[in-house]
Amino acid sequence: MDLQHTQSPAVQDYTPELRALLLDYTLQLADTSLILGHRLSEWCGHGPILEQDLAMANIALDLIGETRSLYQYAAELEGKGRSEDDLAYLREAVEYKNPLLVEQPNGDFAHTILRQFLFDGFHFFLLKDLQNSPDQRLAAIAAKAFKEASYHLKWSSEWVIRLGDGTEESKRRLQKAIANLWMFSGELFMMTDTEQQLAQAGIIPDYATLLPQWEAHVAKVFAEATLEVPQNVFMQKGGKTGRHSEHLGYILTELQYLQRAYPGLEW
Amino acid sequence: METIVEKSLEEQFEEKIANEIRIEPKDWMPEQYRKTLVRQISQHAHSEIVGMLPEGNWITRAPSLKRKAILLSKVQDEAGHGLYLYSAAETLGTSRDQMINDLHSGKAKYSSIFNYPTLSWADIGAIGWLVDGAAIMNQVPLCRTSYGPYARAMVRVCKEESFHQRQGFEIMMSLCNGAPAQKQMAQEAFNRWWWPTLMMFGPKDEESPNTEQSMRWKIKRFTNDELRQRFVDMMVPQAEFLGLTVPDKDLKWNEAKNGYDFGDVDWEEFWNVVKGNGPCNKDRINARVKAHEEGAWVREAALAHAQKRAQREAADQAK
Ligand SMILES: [Fe+2]
Ligand SMILES: [Fe+2]
Repeated sequence: MDLQHTQSPAVQDYTPELRALLLDYTLQLADTSLILGHRLSEWCGHGPILEQDLAMANIALDLIGETRSLYQYAAELEGKGRSEDDLAYLREAVEYKNPLLVEQPNGDFAHTILRQFLFDGFHFFLLKDLQNSPDQRLAAIAAKAFKEASYHLKWSSEWVIRLGDGTEESKRRLQKAIANLWMFSGELFMMTDTEQQLAQAGIIPDYATLLPQWEAHVAKVFAEATLEVPQNVFMQKGGKTGRHSEHLGYILTELQYLQRAYPGLEW
Repeated sequence: METIVEKSLEEQFEEKIANEIRIEPKDWMPEQYRKTLVRQISQHAHSEIVGMLPEGNWITRAPSLKRKAILLSKVQDEAGHGLYLYSAAETLGTSRDQMINDLHSGKAKYSSIFNYPTLSWADIGAIGWLVDGAAIMNQVPLCRTSYGPYARAMVRVCKEESFHQRQGFEIMMSLCNGAPAQKQMAQEAFNRWWWPTLMMFGPKDEESPNTEQSMRWKIKRFTNDELRQRFVDMMVPQAEFLGLTVPDKDLKWNEAKNGYDFGDVDWEEFWNVVKGNGPCNKDRINARVKAHEEGAWVREAALAHAQKRAQREAADQAK
């Protein structure tokens, strides 16, 4: 099977195998930004400082925007007439492919910041590379999202430093967040079959090349925050293959409520 | 001696007001003018912030990704309005912390409209269409208000408000053109929000103690009843266009006055909500207080970190 395309062909020129892989991958990225955007939007009106309330809403908005572009592309790749909303609102939890990290509850502000920081680093380095994908649609979506992700990473890195090197309480809270969330960071870099095949075809980066960049950034920020990088932590996984935590069901219950209660209507 | 100086300052102030010259933070102003402004601007800022709660209530349940994005950006705008307005009020010498404390203690008020619950998705449409619509009526004249920082903040606010009203109207449109269940949802929301929206213009003119002085100082440009009448005249045709029934049996076109006659607002309900007995007064303040208290350690950390940083920089320079 020839997956390598040196020129960027239109969607209809892809082999069915490649289309299926790209569809699976695009959905995974879309699910991830949707669920994290959903979590962040839960803060809206309840943030610790008005400026940060705004910042979180802003990041949520960026993520929802990225989600929409990705689902629109996925819908085209699938070619079955489903819309972005069908993909977001009418798929079951087992069909969602987001990593476990992004569905974790907001907790206190330290948990939200740490979850965001772990994800932002991954997102940033992934998008940076994905901008050069031979798949033009993915590359274009990544290029736009990369600009936003640069700002997200800056924001969450600064907050990790502030909380780590702030008061005793803020440090203790952040350390607790690390104890609770670090075990979800590994899954970001574990490649599914789909990801491996796409990486072999040169369409997405090999995550093994992203990991050291992420680790270096985390080490730098943690050092400034006077925090220690955890070692030898057992890593949880499952979300990317549809095995989620109990949290996702509740997120989807809320998110999908109107579309499920009133099937097939326009809003 | 002193009274003469005072008087001439006051004369200068009155002259500026008469000549439509903006009053700026460093200018002399009567204490009562300052107080009135702080009360009004902070009340306005609080309304923006408390107003995030009823609408924020539907962000996670928005029925499409497009609606979700629009609602998020709308609620985010309201937070921005709160920021501009707190800054404008701060130019009068009251800190944001002080204003927030007054909100939490119940000393400062916010728009009573946000003490009503958002019970269905149609409420998000109704709020944008009616509540932001009424806010525009109230706020457009404030772009010409006599206090400079307030007027400038309002120019920025008003630019965004028209988008808010449009998105609300569009939600109502989709519902009214949709399935019977959607139309019913829209009518039901309209029934609940119509009267509270009319209350947003404040008490009847004869019962509005602050109006006269505020009009003289050109803080306010129209009376409560004038604005309420304009609003009804503007909204009734829009409701008809949507196919919604205005929940007022006394509503009737009056050719002679070239406007609608409409029924009397339930003023007992109005004063009750003002006094804290609305359906959501407690929930709203509790939510704000909770956010503030749970955020205390974050604000402390940010401050402590900034201080450490400043100390380190000072130490580096000393080397
Ligand atoms: Fe506003
Ligand atoms: Fe608004």
